[in-house]
Amino acid sequence: MRIGALTLRILRQFIHDKRTMALMFVAPLLVLSLMSLVFGGETYKPNIGLTGQAAVLSKALTKHDAQIVKYSAEEEGTLALKNGEIDALISISGGTPKVILEGSNPTANRAVMQALEQAARDQQISGQAQAQARVSIQPQVSYLYGSADMKTIDRFGPIMIGVFVFFFVFLIAGVSFLRERTTGTLERLLATPLKRWEIVIGYVCGFGIFTVFQALLISWFSIQVLGIMMAGSFGYVMLITLLLSMTALTLGTLLSAYAGNELQMIQFIPLVIVPQIFLCGLFPLDTLPLWLQRVGYATPLYYGAEAMTNIMIRGKGWNAVATDVYLLITFSLVFMVLNVLALRKHRKM
Amino acid sequence: MNQEAPVITVSHIRKAFGSKVVLEDISLKVRKAETFGLLGPSGSGKTTLVRLLTGIDEADSGEVHVLGVKVPKLSLLSQIGYMAQSDALYSELSAKDNLEFFASLYGLRKEQRNKRIKEVMEIVNLEEHLRKKVNQYSGGMKRRLSLAIALLHEPPLLILDEPTVGIDPVLRMSIWRELKALNKRGTTIVLTTHVMDEAEKCDRLGMIREGRLLAEDTPANLLQATGSSSIEEAFLYYGGVRS
Ligand SMILES: Nc1ncnc2c1ncn2[C@@H]1O[C@H](COP(=O)(O)OP(=O)(O)O)[C@@H](O)[C@H]1O
Ligand SMILES: [Mg+2]
Repeated sequence: MRIGALTLRILRQFIHDKRTMALMFVAPLLVLSLMSLVFGGETYKPNIGLTGQAAVLSKALTKHDAQIVKYSAEEEGTLALKNGEIDALISISGGTPKVILEGSNPTANRAVMQALEQAARDQQISGQAQAQARVSIQPQVSYLYGSADMKTIDRFGPIMIGVFVFFFVFLIAGVSFLRERTTGTLERLLATPLKRWEIVIGYVCGFGIFTVFQALLISWFSIQVLGIMMAGSFGYVMLITLLLSMTALTLGTLLSAYAGNELQMIQFIPLVIVPQIFLCGLFPLDTLPLWLQRVGYATPLYYGAEAMTNIMIRGKGWNAVATDVYLLITFSLVFMVLNVLALRKHRKM
Repeated sequence: MNQEAPVITVSHIRKAFGSKVVLEDISLKVRKAETFGLLGPSGSGKTTLVRLLTGIDEADSGEVHVLGVKVPKLSLLSQIGYMAQSDALYSELSAKDNLEFFASLYGLRKEQRNKRIKEVMEIVNLEEHLRKKVNQYSGGMKRRLSLAIALLHEPPLLILDEPTVGIDPVLRMSIWRELKALNKRGTTIVLTTHVMDEAEKCDRLGMIREGRLLAEDTPANLLQATGSSSIEEAFLYYGGVRS
């Protein structure tokens, strides 16, 4: 009941604080939209070159927004590819389609592959002419320019959802708890029979309810409105987002104990948030010194980002994210315990 | 003389923050159903002392017993109505939300809660402002709301840290009347003040300066013992400053 009272109070405060609500709900959407514009732009229409037998794909690809250029000789097409006139060149030899991607622009790569997949799927469904059905066989994909690195940019979306959720919840929870201390209400709470762990759980529940909505909104917006690639299950995305919120919340309230005012809470951003963003896998970690990689393994965002990438890009399920889920839960629990201990500073019992 | 066991017994308390000694060898007793005033200038250690009484903070040495229990003890907190020196209110919420919140923390059930909220808001004369947001309250109104919250769960012991600061004289009178009425019903009250004329209204006084208890007695006895005509004079006498 006492936890319920605390939860209710936090919810009421949120409802009265429109700006904070906006920060929690609208700001992440705004930044994600901006990012999606910068990195994604509008749906890209790929230029696809076809040579020889591949010409049969022309109609199917056109239907999926691809612009088709036909080349009679393969050399001609390769030249166009090198000159950047087309994004991909498709040829068919021995029944296996061969796709060469220009490779320097991940957006274009994705657009080509998407068009190709959709075209192939259409044909499977309608069971068209034999010659065309063969195309649905797994195509051989190669990159004209090394592209393994380029996938990093592809990974921005899912990771950034995690980053923003973490960032905003960290900040808001931290500042709320800090205010509780600086306005004296924490001392007042501690003059009631409320137990220290009840305060922590009350905060987790109060914020938890809000972060459920936040996670729901951000995930939905990213996938449905921004069209960020989503191969896996929405439920898992929600779960990971929520768990990230919980770690951010508990870490934020914990660190607020070491901040004297709001500005000092902001000062934690370059210390706690920014390094996590750099080390969470957004940029390749392999090139970093080993100790720095290890630091990355100690941050919640790393596991959040890993899980989000696995779900949204690789379309993986529970087995792939289970470890991340358990680790994020562990992070939250550890931070919660530390919170309870940190409150000892204010009341020993 | 009240024969019952004292509600609060403080024995030889010492408290320091870092190297700064804030309370030194303080002993005092508070009897049941009296108003005990801690009188002392700002910075003398009153707040520190009342916090030790609640158990929010702990003394470095010495003991505090409240209602027969050694402090600190969590269950004791439900017996105490505490009003901090700074108004600890959620300013973005209405007075009603604040009251409901604290009432729930003290375990008041719904009907009881609504009844008590009405009663305490009448006591502090704020019943018309129940639905107003606290950030629209004046300083004195916030003070009164804090007092109302301390009264909510009808605790046998009230600990009030400068309860009447910023409250106008008329309302201050009416609040004192209420405190006296609470005494009659058996509630023990400990309050701090740095206002000398207010001290005279207390049943007994503890005079505190620079962390030391100068004297502990009824206002009348303090006046008599020092041959003073006012509490202020008596305070100066004990403080070693003779006029
Ligand atoms: N948490 C604290 N840390 C350090 N010094 C403190 C702390 N709390 C109070 N003090 C010091 O203790 C002294 C007594 O303070 P306080 O009990 O608030 O006095 P009063 O309530 O009589 O004005 C002051 O000098 C104050 O600076
Ligand atoms: Mg004080």
